[in-house]
Amino acid sequence: MYVAVKGGERAIENAHRLLAHERRGDRDVPEVTLAQISEQLALGVDRVMTEGSLYDRELAALAIKQARGDMIEAIFLVRAFRATLPRFGATEPVNTGAMQVRRRISSTFKDVPGGQILGPTFDYTHRLLDPQLAEGFVPEQPMTADASQAATPRVTDILGRDGLIESSPQADSDAAVGDLTREPLSFPADRDLRLQNLARGDEGFLLALGYSTQRGYGRNHPFAGEIRFGEVEVEFSAEDVGFAVPLGSIELTECQMVNQFKGSTTEAPCFTRGYGLAFGQSERKTMSMALVDRALRARELGEEAEAPAQDEEFVMSHSDNVQSTGFVEHLKLPHYVDFQSELGLLRKLRQEFAEANEAVEMQEAAE
Amino acid sequence: MSELSSLDNDQPLLVAEGLAKNYGRLPACRDVSFALYPGEVLAIVGESGSGKSTLLQLLSAQLAPSAGRVSYRMRDGVLRDLAELGEAERRFLFRTDWGFVHQDPAQGLRMGVSAGANVGERLMAVGWNHYGRIRDTASTWLDRVEIDVGRIDDAPKTYSGGMRQRLQIARNLVTEPRLVFMDEPTGGLDVSVQARLLDLMRNLVSELGLAAIVVTHDLAVARLLSHRVMVMKGGRVIETGLTDQVLDDPREPYTQLLVSSILPP
Amino acid sequence: MNAPTYNFAYLDEQTKRMIRRAILKAIAIPGYQVPFASREMPMPYGWGTGGVQVTAAILGPDDVLKVIDQGSDDTTNAISIRKFFGKTAGVATTTSTTDATVIQTRHRIPEASLHAGQVLVYQVPIPEPLRFLEPRETETRRMHALAEYGLMHVKLYEDIARFGHIATAYAYPVKVNARYLMDPSPTPKFDNPKMDNCAALQLFGAGREKRIYAIPPYTTVVSLDFEDHPFTRYRFDAPCALCGADNSYLDEIVTDDKGGRMFVCSDTDFCEQRQAAGHHGTESAAPHKEKAHV
Repeated sequence: MYVAVKGGERAIENAHRLLAHERRGDRDVPEVTLAQISEQLALGVDRVMTEGSLYDRELAALAIKQARGDMIEAIFLVRAFRATLPRFGATEPVNTGAMQVRRRISSTFKDVPGGQILGPTFDYTHRLLDPQLAEGFVPEQPMTADASQAATPRVTDILGRDGLIESSPQADSDAAVGDLTREPLSFPADRDLRLQNLARGDEGFLLALGYSTQRGYGRNHPFAGEIRFGEVEVEFSAEDVGFAVPLGSIELTECQMVNQFKGSTTEAPCFTRGYGLAFGQSERKTMSMALVDRALRARELGEEAEAPAQDEEFVMSHSDNVQSTGFVEHLKLPHYVDFQSELGLLRKLRQEFAEANEAVEMQEAAE
Repeated sequence: MSELSSLDNDQPLLVAEGLAKNYGRLPACRDVSFALYPGEVLAIVGESGSGKSTLLQLLSAQLAPSAGRVSYRMRDGVLRDLAELGEAERRFLFRTDWGFVHQDPAQGLRMGVSAGANVGERLMAVGWNHYGRIRDTASTWLDRVEIDVGRIDDAPKTYSGGMRQRLQIARNLVTEPRLVFMDEPTGGLDVSVQARLLDLMRNLVSELGLAAIVVTHDLAVARLLSHRVMVMKGGRVIETGLTDQVLDDPREPYTQLLVSSILPP
Repeated sequence: MNAPTYNFAYLDEQTKRMIRRAILKAIAIPGYQVPFASREMPMPYGWGTGGVQVTAAILGPDDVLKVIDQGSDDTTNAISIRKFFGKTAGVATTTSTTDATVIQTRHRIPEASLHAGQVLVYQVPIPEPLRFLEPRETETRRMHALAEYGLMHVKLYEDIARFGHIATAYAYPVKVNARYLMDPSPTPKFDNPKMDNCAALQLFGAGREKRIYAIPPYTTVVSLDFEDHPFTRYRFDAPCALCGADNSYLDEIVTDDKGGRMFVCSDTDFCEQRQAAGHHGTESAAPHKEKAHV
């Protein structure tokens, strides 16, 4: 006899227990600590903080551990936690021009005030698996020198002095800071919301879109004007205190792409900007973001907007990996009812098809 | 024709006054004024870049003018400035009292949807809710534009160029509009196909008493379809008059060149 | 470490107020999709986050909650959501349709008719009924604003032209209060008539798409059709094998790999109530009989 399926609750509990067991893995192997993740898998932590929209290394490390290294799952955990946090306000805009730079390169000028600083980078390493790293490797101490007192102005600001690049849009200091996690998004969206969407967007998705612009789908002739990574101060202007209170410092990566613009009837030709910003050291992310940001400005700059990367609604509606993964994975949920409806309809259509064919055959036989 | 409607015919259907459009500093259309009467077919001719397509977009309220205005006599007899219509009213006008025949049928048709639904869409949009009657009306119209009714369930992507253009006309005329805009309706078709289409259009326009504004670079189209001709050059109307008069006895040197077909299309 | 603590029914009160405002607007404009700033929830988008946010925003300590998925109280996702509110709000839960004050559902409307004072909360994956005809949000919003629904009829026309009848089996579009075209979520069209003039308040939450819409009690809900091809309900023509009901929506259960199958009520509460009242189907009436194999 058939009994309607029961025991789902037990099944869920047991599945979660098994998951916890698998997460721990072989119990003879030492458990990974949050400090280990934060220190030794730092770029993963940076990504989870960036796409999770929450600057907290420890929580990001916990999320990575809990997610068994599944980055999108970890981002999801951080986002779900972030969504419950009360919002006190927005910080003062951070000044990346005053960044304590650890890495800073420009591909547009051979030398720039403050110098090119290579910093910690995979660039120019040969991608050969290194067996030394497998265990017990103690790297040499890094070279040190006295910190330079020279200022490191942004390369785009240098171009800006001659009017060769569009001026950086100045935010109206009285205007509310857009936040798509608090207000529903509508199209067309302003650039602040677009940038927020891209900053939270999936690195792989933005990488593919940015790449597509380089291959001709919405080409915008980019140069990496500058990529800088380092620490900036964060200040919060509390209304009752009346002045900005320092909250501490965070690590950021900023990328400013310099793109061609042929001008219009009303504007002289000049370079334009694409902008990328992310927590931690996230160069691939910020470069991709800057390419897509510039592509999304096509309409504003009077360019043809035909490529996917230039389509605001397409890009912004599909960039969020927490949304995408949820909807793709929801296909695992039961769909008995709608499937049953489709099954019923399909049977009916097939029967009608068979009957119609039979009628034709009989008619042909009779003729 | 009844007394009343002949009275109505004394009133212009569409009036353009001082129309102009600039793109940046570039004037695409300058100081165009005219009146179109019910049942009248006006051809706008000129070479490419003369501003005739911009003018058509201004007249059909798809483009806002930089100066001047376009007024249309609604079915209640009131002449109204198109710029003052709400978007809902404008779109309603577009799917009831107006038609727009694009040069490329793919712009005016749903290429993946059956011919019957293409013709029926306007009827459904104005509230027709009886499948059988929608289909019958669609069949009648396919027949009128000389499309085999047996093809009613096929999508236009399976149609030839001439058939697509005839289907586009049927789709536009099914709500019995009073005014149809046509943008190079025979462009891109073979000469023999063009002739058949022109013949069909001429018959339909006269049977239905349609007013039409036809943009074309092809003077043969103007001669066959239109009562009046406006010749455009550099965004201005340089000559206007009865079609036979303008084409047989052009006054402007530019029109003379056009008529003698020296100018490239 | 910042150990997380959570508010009653998980969401903070600010968020709840924002959602309630959206709900009120939705009730004021029946069938209109109100944008709201959907939050990340601790379950994935697409798994009922819209419904969960609506439920969290309206739930009070005295409410009695029922959660169903595919009509059943005991499918994994229904259990997961019920447990979530049991844990974060401590409200009473039930499987009884009649006893519940709030019912969150995915893909079904209960068979038992709802009464005044109840709220039915639907989980919605794609709120836009025109989405698969027109992918752009900017364009579909304009179509709603101007009530331009010809395109939807084109789809139905095409169905009839091709199949002889309307070939939409679930998420069958409806017109609410003679104004807005609305997607009833992927419920089978069998359930559509239950939405019309319903005594309960019906709320629809789409988390990923960030929309809330509503049908206030006793509102007209009409399934789209043509005069000569009227809307028809569909159910498999068989009585439930467990309770014998011949007017309920059925699940098809594959019983073996030789084509054996049976049909039972998809609404488990309805089926159990009937069995408890002494109704039996062919399977439950003869529990010891060996299943006939072909």
